[in-house]
Amino acid sequence: MRFSEISAHLSKFRVGIAGAGGLGSNCAVALARSGVGTLVISDFDVIEELNLNRQYYFNDQIGLMKTVALKENIARINPEVHVIIHQKKLDSSNISEIFSGCNIIVEALDSAAMKGMLIETVQIKMPGIPLVVGSGMAGWGRTNDLTSRKIDDTLYVCGDENSEVSDSLPAVATRVGIVANMQANIVIEYLMNII
Amino acid sequence: MKILLNNREEEFMKESLSVNDFLLLKKFSFKMRIIKINGTLISKDNYDNTFIHNGDNVQMIYLMSGG
Repeated sequence: MRFSEISAHLSKFRVGIAGAGGLGSNCAVALARSGVGTLVISDFDVIEELNLNRQYYFNDQIGLMKTVALKENIARINPEVHVIIHQKKLDSSNISEIFSGCNIIVEALDSAAMKGMLIETVQIKMPGIPLVVGSGMAGWGRTNDLTSRKIDDTLYVCGDENSEVSDSLPAVATRVGIVANMQANIVIEYLMNII
Repeated sequence: MKILLNNREEEFMKESLSVNDFLLLKKFSFKMRIIKINGTLISKDNYDNTFIHNGDNVQMIYLMSGG
């Protein structure tokens, strides 16, 4: 299959991305380059200097809302992509509304508690909509500990499911980038299988 | 009973176990996790009153902060 056929197929779909940090910004850019038609991105944070060590933003965007800056960056890469942004903190009452109509959703949140809340909400309130979770990507190296596994038709997990980000084991561009791209890769695989 | 835990077969002396007892028995101490039994997500509030039976397919995801 030629790339033009792949991107033409992907252009028919809508993908939700919950969070626009290390996972979300890199995953969104990979999906935009691939030609996904619509990205629905939610985040409530502002870009800080320390985010630039791994997130898909630029020095002159410090202080901007991540959603606004990511929309701008995607437009500079692939203006064909329709980007819908929500500047909201996700909770169990707004998730199904924000991501309504999405064919698949990427979990790209920071805290384990928020990840759990999103997974529970999507699995219960949006039955049948697949969710791609990122869990365990702290530090550097240990490339082969990073895996993507399918739990069932509606749930996938990428990461090592073991290393927690902390002050002494921070998130580094390489491992976060790998997991973000693993998530994007699952999204593309899933969408390419829809006839 | 015999169950599948993350696609591996495991055997237990008991006929059934509540999710909480199962976690204790396995010494799973991670705070944040997702458990699905036969494809159904079990919310935390139901760990005491949901039971794992012979032949069940138990899937567990460990949730680590970072993103």
